[in-house]
Amino acid sequence: MMSKMIFGRYIPGNSLIHHMDPRAKLLLSFYFIGIIFIANNWPTYVLLFAFTLLAIKLSGVKWSFFINGVKPLIWLILFTVVLQILFSASGGQVYFQWGIITISQFGLVNGVYIFCRFVLIIFMSTLLTLTTPPLELSDAIEYLLMPLKVVHFPVYEVALMLSIALRFVPTLMDETEKIMNAQRARGVDFGEGNIFQQMRAIVPLLIPLFVSSFNRAEDLATAMEARGYQGGEGRSKYRILKWHGRDTWATVTFAVLTVALVYLRA
Amino acid sequence: MSQIIDVEHLNYRYPQQAADQLTLTDISFTVAAGEWVAIVGHNGSGKSTLAKNLNGLLAPVSGKITIDGQVLSEQTVWDIRRKIGMVFQNPDNQFVGATVEDDVAFSLENQGIPRDEMLSRVAEALAQVDMQDFATREPARLSGGQKQRVALAGMIAARPQILILDEATSMLDPEGRAEVLQTIQQMKADSDLTVLSITHDIDEAANANRVLVVNDGHLVEEGTPAEIFQHGPALIKMGLDMPYPERLKAALARLGVQVPATYLTEKGMADWLWQLRSNK
Ligand SMILES: Nc1ncnc2c1ncn2[C@@H]1O[C@H](COP(=O)(O)OP(=O)(O)O)[C@@H](O)[C@H]1O
Ligand SMILES: [Mg+2]
Repeated sequence: MMSKMIFGRYIPGNSLIHHMDPRAKLLLSFYFIGIIFIANNWPTYVLLFAFTLLAIKLSGVKWSFFINGVKPLIWLILFTVVLQILFSASGGQVYFQWGIITISQFGLVNGVYIFCRFVLIIFMSTLLTLTTPPLELSDAIEYLLMPLKVVHFPVYEVALMLSIALRFVPTLMDETEKIMNAQRARGVDFGEGNIFQQMRAIVPLLIPLFVSSFNRAEDLATAMEARGYQGGEGRSKYRILKWHGRDTWATVTFAVLTVALVYLRA
Repeated sequence: MSQIIDVEHLNYRYPQQAADQLTLTDISFTVAAGEWVAIVGHNGSGKSTLAKNLNGLLAPVSGKITIDGQVLSEQTVWDIRRKIGMVFQNPDNQFVGATVEDDVAFSLENQGIPRDEMLSRVAEALAQVDMQDFATREPARLSGGQKQRVALAGMIAARPQILILDEATSMLDPEGRAEVLQTIQQMKADSDLTVLSITHDIDEAANANRVLVVNDGHLVEEGTPAEIFQHGPALIKMGLDMPYPERLKAALARLGVQVPATYLTEKGMADWLWQLRSNK
């Protein structure tokens, strides 16, 4: 169940968005977060929302996944929004004032904007993780880190580490579940009592998990060496990334969006 | 026949061991090209240590290992590793790739083989172990037997001359074990692969041309499966589970039935039982 929450996020599909190059998706997602900050009035936010919702529609992923993406963060968002409303400099009509707390028209509007920003960022990054397998993301990261080779950053090794880490997440999740059940059978209560008791209950979980992870790591290293692994240099690559016309088009669309935002902003 | 594996007076000690202790003591044997040799022995007798010495994962204290005419040394170790494919016990801990096809390609990537060739060799290898429909699956969604078959596909793709199986079927259920054994036999039939299989499984040992028995770091016995299995209950001492026909024979003998002294396969046992019944 834990694995579904964090890592089983990828929803297989056949949409245009699913088929995009992960490098394009990753870069454009970051870019999108950047241009959100251009927006500063209603038309720009409406445009951004229309764009995001269109992208979601194109992906064919159910809306509920996106709403669920916002849910775990809703308290953080509301907290930030409330702070913004209560403490931003007063402007426009003032509805309420008490000491340093001011609720003004300006503050309310700003609060709503902040809320919109959060939702947009969450929607877009959820779209990225829902439509891109983790492995493709790790390939994209490897590619984007490539320039760091100049300063002798071990890009291949880091990429292999990342892909092995991803590959072992479900294995370790299963193992955790197994150990938890074994400890439950011995009378350990997980998720009960105060925070200290809960932390104490984690210890008999972590120790066997660490021991077994080290054993796995040693076995894996042996198997890799037996299969001729000698480090990243001189290896060829089985998985490659292909940049298609659709990726160029997506990039162009983002450029147009940027121009429109700049034009529409106050 | 030429000797593809030649081990002479191999001694091995783990670095943390005392200077007067050895994990492997004076091991010598040869394996002919195309032969299937089973290595049996108790847990901790040194079988895995021996296997890891053969492809230079561990370096011996003394002794000489020759693989396909090349003497194992720091210079030849990578060449020799290409000639030897190794499948280990735990299906999960040797699955390097994030998906089935990635794992099969791992050895090829290490050798720097061009991508076009990798694509065809991976597809071919997966078809041979009947896993072509699982090419893009993640290991978490495979059974133990399927993972071991993927490991074998990785070997097929890398085309080694020698396959070493270190209890490769011991963590599998009977069904998975049968699948994997069948795949190995298929591989053996398709090419003149030399197989060295470390096992506690009597059926696996019975498939071999020759059985080596390791005890406490010494090579104590060597013979055909039939010769070795004649030892009956002493087999258990050697680290093998006694074969079912032998157990049945022992039980019948206790009931006063005259049983043949020679080793019987399961089929041979069935035939003999039929004869016994019709003679009554
Ligand atoms: N990495 C290691 N370091 C030290 N001792 C080891 C190591 N691996 C195995 N041994 C010891 O070497 C002996 C032989 O082990 P091993 O070759 O794994 O036996 P087998 O495979 O026959 O069960 C055992 O006594 C074991 O404890
Ligand atoms: Mg072993």
